[in-house]
Parts: sequence; structure tokens; C-alpha cells
Amino acid sequence: MTWLTDLLAEYGEDIAQSMAETGYMMLVSLLAAVLVGLPLGTVVYLTERGGIAEHRVINTVANLYINVVRSFPFLLLVVFLIPFTRAVIGTSFGTQAATLPLCFVAVAIYARLTEQILREIPAGISKVAVASGATVPQAVFRMLLPEARSGLVYALTSAAISLLSYSTVLGVVGGGGIGDFAMRYGYQVYNDNLMYLTIVIIIVCVLAIQAVGHRTSVRLDHR
Amino acid sequence: MATDLPAIVEFRHVTKRFRPDSDERPALDDVTLGIRPGEIFGVIGESGAGKSTLLELINGLTRPTDGDVRVRDVSVADLDRAGLRRLRRDVGVVFQGVHLLSNSTVRDNVRLPLRLPRRDENRLTAAQQRDAVDEMLSFVGLSHRAAHFPAQLSGGERQRVGLARALVSQPSLLLCDEPTSSLDASTTADVLRVLADARDQLGTTVIVITHDLDVVKAICDRAALLEKGRLRRIFEIDVGGPRSLPSYYEQVERELTA
Repeated sequence: MTWLTDLLAEYGEDIAQSMAETGYMMLVSLLAAVLVGLPLGTVVYLTERGGIAEHRVINTVANLYINVVRSFPFLLLVVFLIPFTRAVIGTSFGTQAATLPLCFVAVAIYARLTEQILREIPAGISKVAVASGATVPQAVFRMLLPEARSGLVYALTSAAISLLSYSTVLGVVGGGGIGDFAMRYGYQVYNDNLMYLTIVIIIVCVLAIQAVGHRTSVRLDHR
Repeated sequence: MATDLPAIVEFRHVTKRFRPDSDERPALDDVTLGIRPGEIFGVIGESGAGKSTLLELINGLTRPTDGDVRVRDVSVADLDRAGLRRLRRDVGVVFQGVHLLSNSTVRDNVRLPLRLPRRDENRLTAAQQRDAVDEMLSFVGLSHRAAHFPAQLSGGERQRVGLARALVSQPSLLLCDEPTSSLDASTTADVLRVLADARDQLGTTVIVITHDLDVVKAICDRAALLEKGRLRRIFEIDVGGPRSLPSYYEQVERELTA
């Protein structure tokens, strides 16, 4: 096991730094998913034909955003967004700049997952909402989202794991992160052991996210 | 006979077509009837006869293609959004399948309608809401279930929670779609007792869709028979003597012995 202690002694600080970068990118993009993706997915659900706030234009526009962003191969989206990133962040390079395209994807993924989960709520719940004289916001906040919360947490878990995977590509714009670290040392420097070690670290991260998400989701579910 | 009492719900030549441009048979076809305050009114008929459509026209969930539906002498079609919301808060509904919130306790499910009015629409205070919910849970005989979740209840109990939710805001009108269709005789009796109590103690007018004629005989004052969207006949139910639901065993004896 001396190879492991040697590796950690030499690269431990770099690994920690990369983990922090990944953590930052994930945190910000998950925040975007919840703050923007969740409302966007809810709007798509509500404005669908037959929905309780049917609205064709809003529905089409919201769907268009989600579909277009999700159509991009992620690497291409990162490159495509460079001018925009430069305008908003001031630079197109580094962890902060790399987080922006990740946020776009996070919003699109989570919006679609939110819509799907809301669709699984029995239609009778919306009918009860309307029949009891609830306004649309009341139906959403007092009935639909509480019914969906367990599924929403589970979907966020899924989204987080996808984002972890997406974030590995962000090395191209200097995003850093643990995935980029593995690519650089494993693929470019051919330090196999170091690559294996980082892969194990990523797997452990995924297992941890999955476990926390699963447990939270089960605890919230009384069906 | 109190036929001259002003009707609480009135259908005037109501026709409902779900696809007005096709020539398929309308879901409701020129139906005229009045429901008197304080009665328990049954709606019977085969599936597809238009029973649920009739119910949904009363609280504006669907709109008539022709004719006029009036609740307390106001045409439902004339109401704006806010007016419709106010009407709906005064009309309790229990749909087939009840549809309770599965992640909320029985208490929170029942409390839901009380949280919907805005502060300036004389919403009850939190303490008043709690009292109203407790009172309603004891009214339907489920005080001991307050902290449970719907998945922990039996079908009959869920139905009664649905009734408690529909009645908690003291509506003048209660609409029930097949409240006993999935229940056996003894749990049916529990549910029917709540309906009768709602009328007797709270003064609620009750409109109940059912396919079970024993239910009609047990609690209804009148019943409308629909056939393929048309009103075929209104029956005055007069069963001389005390009304009660036959027990399961009486039902079996009656139906299965010659």
C-alpha cells in the first residue's frame, strides 16, 4: 500500500483542490436546478393542454428551452456559450466560468424531471384543487409540490449524479474538478494508479449522493 | 309537498356536448330539474348516463353547451374567476376515488379547504381552524385517526376523511360521486350516516351519485334517473317506516335465495 500513501503525499493537496472545484460547480448548478429548473418544470406541467393553467405560448417557449439545451452535446454547449459566459462572468476560463454552462444543463434536466414527476400525481388531485376553489399558486404549493416532494428529491439525486459526470468535461475551459484531474493525470500523464484512485473517489461520491438522496426520498414518502 | 321552495340548484334545459361540432350524443340532453334546500338528492343511471357531468356542471368544472345552471339563483356561467372560486368554496365535493393528499396527515387533509380563503375573505385563525378540524373529525368518527396518513386507512375511512374535507368549511351544498361504490355494507352504512348527519345537523343539501339502489332507499328524499343523457324520471322516495340499509347478510339472503 505504499503506492497509495506516496500518491496521497504527492497529490493529496491537488486532489482536495479538485474536489473543492467539483463541489463548487455542483453546488451552484444544483442551486440553479432548484431555483430555476423546478419552477420551469412546474410551469411546463401547469400550462400543458388540459393543465390547470393551460397556456400554449408559455408552454411552447418553456419546452423549447428545455429541448434545445438538452439536444446539445455538452462539450458543444460549453463552447457555444463562451461568448455569453465572457459577457456575464467577464472571462470564459476557470471554475466560475465553467459553472455557467453547467447551470444551463442543470435547469433543463431538472425542469424535465420535475414535469415528469408532477405528471405522475393522480389527475384527481388537481381536480380536487380546482373544485375546492384553490388558486393556481395554492394548488401548486399546498397540494402538488407536497405530493411530489419525495419524487422531486429522488430526481434531484439523479440530476446531481448526471451533473457530476457533465462536470468532468469542463476541463476544456479550465473548469478543473475531480474528473478533469483524472483525465489530466490518467490520460495525459499516464499515471494509472492516480487515475484509478480518482475514479474510486468519484464512485464513492456517487454512492454517497445516491444514498443520501434515496434515504431522504423514502423518509418523505407516505404513499 | 315543498315543491314551491326556491331551488338551491336549478337546471334549465341544460345540454352538454363535449365535442360540440361532432354529431355524437350529448352527455346531457335538455335536462331541467331543481334541487330543494335541505334534501338528499340521488342521481342514478347506468354508466355513461351523464351523472358525473351533471355534478361537474354545478360547481363549474364544466360549462353547459346550452341552457342554464343556477346555484342559489345565480347562473354559474355568469361568474368570473373569483366568483367561481367563492362558489366552489361553498360547494363541498367528494369525487370517486376521494384523492386525499398522500403525504399529508388526515388532520392536514381535512384542514386544507380552511387554508384557501385569503385573509380578507374571513379566513379562520389557526386556532379556529384546528378546532373546526377536530370537530369535523369527531363528526365523521375519525378523531383517533387524525395523525395517520391516508395509506394507513381503510377504504371507508378514506371516504369519510374525504367527506370531512368537503364539509369542514360548512358548505351549503355537498356533491358526492359514488361515495360507497367500493365499500361493503357495514362501511357503506358508516358513510351514509355521515351524509344523513350532514343534512340533519349541519343543514347541508346533499347530491349523491350512486348505482346502489339500497343507498337511495336508505337516505335519499328524491332521485333522478338519467338515461343516455336525458332525465327519464324523478322519483319521490317514500319508504314508510324507519329507513336503514340492509346488513350484508340481509342483502345476501335477499339476493341469493329464491
